[in-house]
Amino acid sequence: MKRTTRIAALAGIAALVLSACGQAPTGGGSSPTAGGTAASNFRACMVSDQGGWDDQSFNESGHDGLLQAQKELGVQINAVESSAPTDFVPNVNNLVQDNCNLIIGVGFNLEAAIHQAALANPDIEFALIDSSFSDASGNPVTIKNAKPILFNTAEAAFLAGYLAAGMTQSGTVATFGGMQIPAVTVFMDGFYDGVQQYNKDNSKSVKLLGWNKATQTGSFSGDFSNQAQGQNLTQGFIDQGADIIMPVAGPVGLGAAAAASDAGKRLIWVDSDGFKSTEHGDIIITSVMKEIGQSVFDVIKNAAAGNFSAEPYVGTLENNGVGLAPFHDFASKVPSELSQKIDSYKQQIIAGTFKVESQNSPK
Amino acid sequence: MSDEPTTEARRPGQPVLESKVDEVGRGVLREILESSWVVTLFAVVAALVLGAILIAAADQHVQTTAGYFFARPSDFFNALGSAVGNAYSALFQGAVVNFHGTTFARVIRPITETMTVSTPLIFAGLGIGIGFRAGLFNIGAQGQIILGAILGGWVGFTFHLPVGLHLLLAVVGAAVGGAVWASIAGVLKATTGANEVIVTIMLNNVAVYLIGYLLTTPMLQAPGVNNPISPPTPPSAQYPLLLGSQFRLHLGFVLALLAAVVVWWLMERSTLGLRFRAVGANPHAARTAGMSVAWVTVWVMAIAGALSGLAGSAQVLGTETSGLTAGVAASFGFDAITVALLGRSKPLGTVLAGLLFGGLRAGGFAMQARTGTPIDIVLVVQSFIVLFIAAPPLVRAIFRLPTPGGPTRAQRRAQKRAARAAAQPVTEEVQA
Repeated sequence: MKRTTRIAALAGIAALVLSACGQAPTGGGSSPTAGGTAASNFRACMVSDQGGWDDQSFNESGHDGLLQAQKELGVQINAVESSAPTDFVPNVNNLVQDNCNLIIGVGFNLEAAIHQAALANPDIEFALIDSSFSDASGNPVTIKNAKPILFNTAEAAFLAGYLAAGMTQSGTVATFGGMQIPAVTVFMDGFYDGVQQYNKDNSKSVKLLGWNKATQTGSFSGDFSNQAQGQNLTQGFIDQGADIIMPVAGPVGLGAAAAASDAGKRLIWVDSDGFKSTEHGDIIITSVMKEIGQSVFDVIKNAAAGNFSAEPYVGTLENNGVGLAPFHDFASKVPSELSQKIDSYKQQIIAGTFKVESQNSPK
Repeated sequence: MSDEPTTEARRPGQPVLESKVDEVGRGVLREILESSWVVTLFAVVAALVLGAILIAAADQHVQTTAGYFFARPSDFFNALGSAVGNAYSALFQGAVVNFHGTTFARVIRPITETMTVSTPLIFAGLGIGIGFRAGLFNIGAQGQIILGAILGGWVGFTFHLPVGLHLLLAVVGAAVGGAVWASIAGVLKATTGANEVIVTIMLNNVAVYLIGYLLTTPMLQAPGVNNPISPPTPPSAQYPLLLGSQFRLHLGFVLALLAAVVVWWLMERSTLGLRFRAVGANPHAARTAGMSVAWVTVWVMAIAGALSGLAGSAQVLGTETSGLTAGVAASFGFDAITVALLGRSKPLGTVLAGLLFGGLRAGGFAMQARTGTPIDIVLVVQSFIVLFIAAPPLVRAIFRLPTPGGPTRAQRRAQKRAARAAAQPVTEEVQA
């Protein structure tokens, strides 16, 4: 026993020593210039919500946009993570101290922190994902150095709802949210409408669990981190007969994926293309994508070129700010009439002849 | 001495005085509380060293230079030194003074941030410390902070009262909120013997979902807003800022220091405190001496809860005045447990430990922003500190410190001297 340990230790040390035998680089430590573009003096910074940069969801998407800007535009970046709402203000303040030119807050929770900092630092530009700015009594306000980045996800979620209703075998689909906030319920509203539209077009009665658009009530896991809660909720839906579930709760969706995977059910992912960003590609029919990364990149690009505006960015199907991901593994399983129907609705929405309305859509 | 035997045969319906779990827990607690401050100091040092190793291991430059360690070792050590040096220097500058600040305000801002962040930790840590000294593991500070924030915030934004009175009422509301919540666990323990560890942990969950629910109802949710956030706390109910609007430091910090003095008086000078400590030392003896253990349990939990509720007020009436959200308590309730342990459950120790943890947290933000070191390192360092103080023998072994209870060096010297003065053969015995 002791001998084995000793041999193992020796082998470990040998591995360490050998791995430390590489060649020293010549010419000192010159850092490679990014992407061939000239390094810019523009400093783009970002503060995460509680999820952190590896949430496989909206924080990660935002961070990807920042990294893309660093690579393609050569801007300097700084990204800090928050682990609690009490971290927001100190994090934003530290970025102000760090001489950032543009500070982007990821998530509506950062509204107050970005709002205050924008008023206190008129020489710095700010952007906020998923929320516009409002004053103490809830009236919307415009801050000349702060840009809201918003997404009308109801449009894409409508298509997903239509697809889910067309694909269900049990006649029951489900959705749940992380928290009852507009950026989440806007997905659920669109999904609800999509299911209803399918029922209307095909005289079916596919049931939706977890959300009622009319009463604005439904199921929520309570936060964006507790995966076990997502697993429980999803198991509950499966027990009630649902076979396609759309979790709108960031990383909590991974819990839903675990439950669905075990039960042989399928998912619709949100925010990013779940086929690529998660390990559960084999059960993900499609994803309701919110191109946060692209929008962040665009905002940085404009700001770095001196074209910052406080005009809100609203992602729609039309500008590809929101969209439905490819079906990937399910491409052959989605009936062609169904996918044609979805395409035609997409065109009608873009053309403005068909409207997806939600009280939670950004105004 | 006898109408109540200490190892009693319990009558049905009579609460358990102390379960086996309590007894073991009490032993661990005593071990932690009675080790010396030297162990604490070395625990902090050891934790910082381990943190440094992690910072270095996570640093990309260190990793690259380690790849050719034997070709040019100086690179490796330079990278190592700069990674750890920069991170800890940023941590220090983010927690104490910023040497690069362009204005005086920016130079001293970090220390005020440390005091601000430490405020809820000190409040809640004091409450938990009282519990520890009375032999109660109150893990429920998190829930008590939330309830304090709910009630304090509600009083704040619902009523329109004159300056002064408004703040006073909101602060009292916060204390009452925490006290009531903690008393549930106290009363359950006193009447049924329910283990307070389990009850308080469960009450934490209840509190989290309660605030989540209330934030969707008109009681807390701001009118005209879909988001789960309450109206902001009006200025008349906010703790006044101590150093002007450039700093977040507010009156709550002074109140926390006052609370520490009050707790010291309570525990060391008052009859109530004597009872608390007596029950903590030995509930059987305390009962034999005529004290009501049940009554003490309820009181301890209520006071601990009131202090945690005040921690909630430091948030909702102090730093987070833009509106109450479900995350108002962050992880203060759990961090406060470690603060109380590190502070040996004594008021002064708790204040110092609270400042240390507040500094680590405030400095952690700066460390992350300036050097890209993940703020999780701070959590790791905090955890190591607790791990080390929970295992004093480990720290003593690492740093070759003397064992408590055993003879100190001075004692040993004195013994030797005494032995030398006495007859020669006795020396042998003493040394053996």
